[in-house]
Amino acid sequence: MAGSSVSVDLSQAMNTAPIALGDWLVVAPSLITILGGALCLMLRKNTDLQPKLGIGFLGLLVVANLALLIRVLDHGVITMVMGSWLPPFGIAFTVDTLGITLSLIGSIVAFCAGVFGAATVDSTGRRYGFYPFLLLLMTGVCGAFLTGDIFNLYVWFEVLLISSYGLLVLGNDRIQLDGAVKYGVLNLIGTNLFLIATGMLYGIFGTLNMADLALKVAALENPASGTLATVAALYFLAFAMKAAAFPVNFWLPASYHTPNVVVSAVFAGLLTKVGVYALIRIFVLILPASRGYMADVIALVAIATLLTGAIGALAQSEVRRLLGYVVIAGIGSMLAGVAVGSTLAISGAIFYAVHSIIVMTALYMAAGIMNMMGGSYDLRQLGGLYQKSAAFAAVFLVLGFAVSGLPPFSGFWPKVILVDAAFSDGRTWLGAAILVSGFLTTLAMGRVWIFAFWRGGPEGTTDGETVAISGETGTQLSGAAVWLPLGILTALVVYFGLQPEWMLELSTQGASGIVEPLGYLRSVFGGQV
Amino acid sequence: MESGVVILIGMFFTVAVYLMLSKQLVRILLGIAILGNAVNLLIFTNGRLTREVPPLIPDHLYAPETATANPLPQALVLTAIVISFSFFAFLLVLAFRAYQELGTDEVDEMRIAEPEHDQTPPQGY
Amino acid sequence: MRTIIFRTIAPYLSALMVLFSIFVLLRGHNEPGGGFIGGLIAASALAIFGIACGVASVRRAIVFHPMGVSGFGLFLSALAGLPSIFKAQAFMTSQWLEVHVFGVEVALSTPLFFDIGVYLVVVGAIGSIALALEEREAD
Repeated sequence: MAGSSVSVDLSQAMNTAPIALGDWLVVAPSLITILGGALCLMLRKNTDLQPKLGIGFLGLLVVANLALLIRVLDHGVITMVMGSWLPPFGIAFTVDTLGITLSLIGSIVAFCAGVFGAATVDSTGRRYGFYPFLLLLMTGVCGAFLTGDIFNLYVWFEVLLISSYGLLVLGNDRIQLDGAVKYGVLNLIGTNLFLIATGMLYGIFGTLNMADLALKVAALENPASGTLATVAALYFLAFAMKAAAFPVNFWLPASYHTPNVVVSAVFAGLLTKVGVYALIRIFVLILPASRGYMADVIALVAIATLLTGAIGALAQSEVRRLLGYVVIAGIGSMLAGVAVGSTLAISGAIFYAVHSIIVMTALYMAAGIMNMMGGSYDLRQLGGLYQKSAAFAAVFLVLGFAVSGLPPFSGFWPKVILVDAAFSDGRTWLGAAILVSGFLTTLAMGRVWIFAFWRGGPEGTTDGETVAISGETGTQLSGAAVWLPLGILTALVVYFGLQPEWMLELSTQGASGIVEPLGYLRSVFGGQV
Repeated sequence: MESGVVILIGMFFTVAVYLMLSKQLVRILLGIAILGNAVNLLIFTNGRLTREVPPLIPDHLYAPETATANPLPQALVLTAIVISFSFFAFLLVLAFRAYQELGTDEVDEMRIAEPEHDQTPPQGY
Repeated sequence: MRTIIFRTIAPYLSALMVLFSIFVLLRGHNEPGGGFIGGLIAASALAIFGIACGVASVRRAIVFHPMGVSGFGLFLSALAGLPSIFKAQAFMTSQWLEVHVFGVEVALSTPLFFDIGVYLVVVGAIGSIALALEEREAD
C-alpha cells in the first residue's frame, strides 16, 4: 500500500518479472472493443459518425487478433494475469491456438457484419445502439475465447448475452419482442446452470483457474466420482443450451429470424459457437475423464441435433428460419467431435466451428440480400433472382454447397475429418448421422436455390417461363457495403476449401494443445508443472 | 450450519423450478429471480461458511490476524448479483413491453415469431 | 406520490444522497464501499428526484443522457487498466501517485479511477432503466 514503511516481499504474491509489450496483445481484443463500444455509446446520437467509428474499431480488432495469432504461433501459449497477481489467484488470460483462431475468425466476421450493417441498419437502429452493442458483443466473444479463468468465462458469457439482448430488440417490433422473450429467458437459465456448476467446482477444488483445475482434476484418484459427474452434467446441459443442441434447441429457431438480418448473421455465426467452444474447453481440458464417461450421451445428443437440424430445415419455407435449423445441424457436427474426443476429432470440431462461423454469417447476409432483391424471405414468393444477378446466384450456390459439406468448399474437410474420426472410434452411427445430415442439408439448400434463384418467378410460375420481378421491391442495394462483406466471407469459404492446409494445421495445433495441455499448464504456472 | 443452508437452497431451487414451469411470463421471471438467489447462496455455501469475521485487514497490517471468512465467494456472489440484477431489470422491462405489444403474458399465446398455422413449404415448382 | 412534503424535501434528499454516494465511492479502497454501491445510491437519488419532480427535470439536471454517462464510465474504467504498460507490468496492475494538496496527502491511484468508472456505469445504466420505467408509469 502507498505510504506505508513496512517492507513486504511482493514476489510471494505478485509477478515481478517485466511483461513484454507484445504480451499486452492478450488483452488488446477485449480492450479495443470495450473502448470502442464505450466511445460509440457516448456518440450514440451521431448516426453518421457511428458506422465509421464502429467499423474502424472492428478493423483494429481484426489486426490485433492477427498479431496475437502470430505471437502465439511464435511463442506458444501466452498467459497474462490481471493485476500481476500470481496464478491461480489473479484472473488469468491464457491464449492458446484454439482460442485465438476462433477469436480471429470471429472478429473477421464481426468486421464484415459491421460493414454490412452500414447499409442495412437505418438511423433508428444506429441510435438504439447497433455499433456499441456489436462492439460490446465482440468484447464478450473475444474475452470468452481468450480467458483462462472459468468464472471470468461466465462473466464474458453475460457480457455477450446482455449485448445480444440489446441487438435483438433493436427495432422494438412486436415479432422482435416475442423472439427476445424466448431467447432471453432460456439463455438466462442456461447461464445460471453454468454458474451453479462453476460454484460447485469451486466448492470441490477451491480454485477457478482453468489450468489449476485441470491439474487438480488430473490428480484425483477417481476423476469420474459422483459430485464431479453432477458438475459435468450441469456444464453439458448449460453449454448445450447455449449451443442450441437437441433437446434444448428450440429457442434458436424461435428467435434468430426476428431481428435485423445483420444481427441474425452475427448471432448465427458467433453465439452458438461460443457455447461449443466452452464445451470443448471444459470437457477436453478440465474434465477429460467426465467426457469419456459421458461420451455416449454426447454422441446421442449429437446425432439427434444433426437430424433435427437437417429435417427442421427441410420443413421451413422462411429462409431465415430455415437457416436457423441449418445452424443447429452444424452444432451437431461439432458435438460429434467432442463425443469422439480424440485429437483428430477435436481438430475436426475446431475446423468445423471456423467454417460454421464464416458460412452461417455469409448465408444470413445472402438471405438479407435476397430479401432486398426479391422483397420477401418466403420461398413461395421468391423467384427469378438468377436473372437479377447471376453472380449472386453463384455465390449462394457456393455457400449452400459449403454448408452441406460438399467439396471443394470449406465444409468438406472438417466433415471428412469428423466422419473419419467417428468411424475409426467405432461410432458408426455417429459418422452415418453426419453424412445423412449433410445429405438432407444439401436438399434443403438446393431447394432454396431452385425456388429463389432458378424458378422464373414466385410460386405458380411454369417451368421455363420467366416473370419480370417488380424492380422496386425491397430496399435499394447500396453497393460495396453489401457486396464487400459477402465477398470476403465467400472468398474465405473458397480459400479454406481449396487450401485447407493452413487451417488444418491451426486446428490440429489447437486440438493437441488441449488434449495434451502441458504447454497450456506451463504457460500459467511456469516450468514447475 | 452448512446443512441448514443447503436445505434452504434446495427449497429455493424447488420454488424457482415450480415458478419457471408456469405459463405466465411474470411467474417465470420471478422464478428466474429466485433461481439467481439460489445460485448465489450455493456459491456462498461452497466457499464454506464462517461467521462474524469479515475479511478486512487492519490498517497497520498486511495480512489478516485471524482466519477470516473466505472473500472470494463474496466477490463471486457480488458479481453474480450485479449481473442477475441487471438481467432481471432488463427482462422485466422486456416482459412489460411484450405484454403491452402482444396483449398477453401467457407464453403459449406468443406465436408471432412462429405462427401456429404455418403453411407447409412449397412441395414443387 | 407528489405530495407537497415529498416535493419539497426531494431535492435536498437527492443532493444528500449524491453526496453520500461520493463519500461511499471514495472510502471504498480499504473499507466497505466502492463504485458499485456508491453508484446504486446515486441512481436511487435520481429515481427519487424523478418520482418527486418528474423525469424531464432529472434529465435536465444530469445534462448528459444516462447511457452516455455509463459509456464514459466504461471508457474510464478500461483506461484505468492501461498505465501499467509503461512499467512493463500486467494489465490492471495498480499504480499509485501521491499528491500533497494543502499539506494533506492524497493518494491518487488507478483503482480509484477504475472505481469512478464503475460508479458512472452503474449510475448511467440503473438510472436509465429507472427513468424509463418512471416515464412509462406517467403515461
